[in-house]
Amino acid sequence: MGRTLAEKVWDQHVVRHGEGQEPDLLYIDLHLVHEVTSPQAFDGLRLAGRPVRRTDLTVATEDHNVPTKDLHLPIADETSATQVSTLRRNCEEFGVRLFPMGTENQGIVHMIGPEQGLTQPGTTVVCGDSHTSTHGAFGALAFGIGTSEVEHVMATQTLPLRPFKTMAIEISGSLRPGVTSKDVILAVIAQIGTGGGAGYVLEYRGEAVREMSMEARMTMCNMSIEAGGRAGMVAPDETTFEYLRGRPHAPQGEMWDAAVAAWRELRTDDDAEFDVVVHVDADALTPFVTWGTNPGQGLPLGETVPDPATMDDDDAAATRKALHYMALEPGTKLRDIAVDVVFLGSCTNARIEDLRAAADVLRGHHVADDVQMLVVPGSMHVKAQAEAEGLDAVFTEAGAEWRSAGCSMCLGMNPDQLAPGQRCASTSNRNFEGRQGKGGRTHLVSPLVAAATAVRGTLSSPEDLTPTTLQFA
Amino acid sequence: MDAFTTHTGIGTPLRVSNVDTDQIIPAVYLKRVTRTGFEDGLFASWRSDPQFVLNVEPFSRGSVLVAGSDFGTGSSREHAVWALMDYGFRVVISSRFGEIFKGNSSKAGLLAATVEQSDVELLWKKIEERPGLELTVDLEAKTVTADDLVVRFTVDDYTRWRLMEGLDDIGLTMRHADDIDAYEATRPAHKPVTI
Repeated sequence: MGRTLAEKVWDQHVVRHGEGQEPDLLYIDLHLVHEVTSPQAFDGLRLAGRPVRRTDLTVATEDHNVPTKDLHLPIADETSATQVSTLRRNCEEFGVRLFPMGTENQGIVHMIGPEQGLTQPGTTVVCGDSHTSTHGAFGALAFGIGTSEVEHVMATQTLPLRPFKTMAIEISGSLRPGVTSKDVILAVIAQIGTGGGAGYVLEYRGEAVREMSMEARMTMCNMSIEAGGRAGMVAPDETTFEYLRGRPHAPQGEMWDAAVAAWRELRTDDDAEFDVVVHVDADALTPFVTWGTNPGQGLPLGETVPDPATMDDDDAAATRKALHYMALEPGTKLRDIAVDVVFLGSCTNARIEDLRAAADVLRGHHVADDVQMLVVPGSMHVKAQAEAEGLDAVFTEAGAEWRSAGCSMCLGMNPDQLAPGQRCASTSNRNFEGRQGKGGRTHLVSPLVAAATAVRGTLSSPEDLTPTTLQFA
Repeated sequence: MDAFTTHTGIGTPLRVSNVDTDQIIPAVYLKRVTRTGFEDGLFASWRSDPQFVLNVEPFSRGSVLVAGSDFGTGSSREHAVWALMDYGFRVVISSRFGEIFKGNSSKAGLLAATVEQSDVELLWKKIEERPGLELTVDLEAKTVTADDLVVRFTVDDYTRWRLMEGLDDIGLTMRHADDIDAYEATRPAHKPVTI
């Protein structure tokens, strides 16, 4: 029987098959490191007198703690500053390449791998961060790990792992204008649930996926973890190769041809079988937003806040708890929900295409009174590119704040946080209680919905803006 | 890592499902560069509620947490495991765990025991009827005993063996250094390097 894409990549990385109950030992091609989940791992190496085995397969960046403005000043929060300085010291001591805050290659850890051409088809990629699934967009087997595993990879360049089950997400048809891969993944999570992918590697397939850009594929793979999946993957194709060609760490010359020949083999065989197949109709999708406190609690923007009275006991209890936290009433139109903050950023949606899409919506409009909009490019390269295209001016003229690269308001760890009770339309990946700051309320949205929401002040899609433009133009 | 064979301690009921690792420990508490001292961040946003189970005696002294389904989803932060252990928990029981959390638990020495949801309900009932009731978790037999109730749990055999022996993963892998060397010699030349 044939093999799936995930199984092929797995097979190519088995260092040793486990005996009896032992897991297989898998080789890791690329280890991405950041300041939050690495200090205890470096400490462990130091205590045991172990080096980083392959510094040439390891790269570090500063992202979770960094401020996104006033970079010339020292980091104000003492513990954040310590975490960043600890990473710098560790990278120097162990010989790991680091992209420090404010320098040209710095960015969110899941931006820099693709940007540098380090994330390649058929590689295994790990990082002490659950959104490592992003890199699966290239046909890499990429997944988040904990700090003990970070230390394990540093010491051995391998991980003991058990094979995953496989799930196909078949996305047939084509996305309509205004519908993005963010809407697709939010709809998938709502369909299979936040635990639906547990134990599986998800492979996104079908016409709609083939039509997506690399950046759109990354957005979708990024949130595989929100469906409980260990990883998400897309088979590499011409779109992938074109994205990689000429990037700093992509193969060159004859090596490029050899690499592409190998990459073309990385597709699920026609006679391979997935453990589970999920079908999604791309033509039927519309912009999707979350109303609750986990990423599975989402609905099309045209719907209303759900009513727990119509649900069975377990769902009703979870819904009541979520609605209480979110301060929402059943039956309210999602389009009537007013926000205080709009956040365009994060490893999910802070690439150049996301910024272009949002800027296109904002041009000629202004952010609503009483709404704060934060635009945070995912990397310094994206920042530079956006400024070269004049997007920064579009954002600032519309009344949004233009920042430097970092995780920013995705996770409530750096100065960019919601105040208690504030409501935010966010292009990030998690709407958990307090995720964007204690007491903050999050609605997950696409960049298009974020921009339209900023203009109207309530959850909106770009089509809601058109009459206003005509009327007042 | 300390070896784990059996553990007896007070059961603490956490009647919440979908407890993601942001709830177990919010990001703002992840800034320590040490491996201990995370207990203050455990369930930090819920601890301000006097009714929260960790503010209620004797549950606050529990070492076996009995939680709702999908415990430990979301972020990969191993700090969630450390916070539970720093607080005093040695065992978490749930009908389903976030996968990265489950893996992290096995590395750090916290037993993540999977039981049927109906058994979670029975355990909750027991420990709420008799607050302070001690549960005995036997890793060899894969059972949780609460008074006259005996519930079976699952944990993969390799994790069970490692926990019972208190073995460190890196040390185990280092025994296969020759295999790693041999594999590295066969890697295609087009694979990326970071330098």
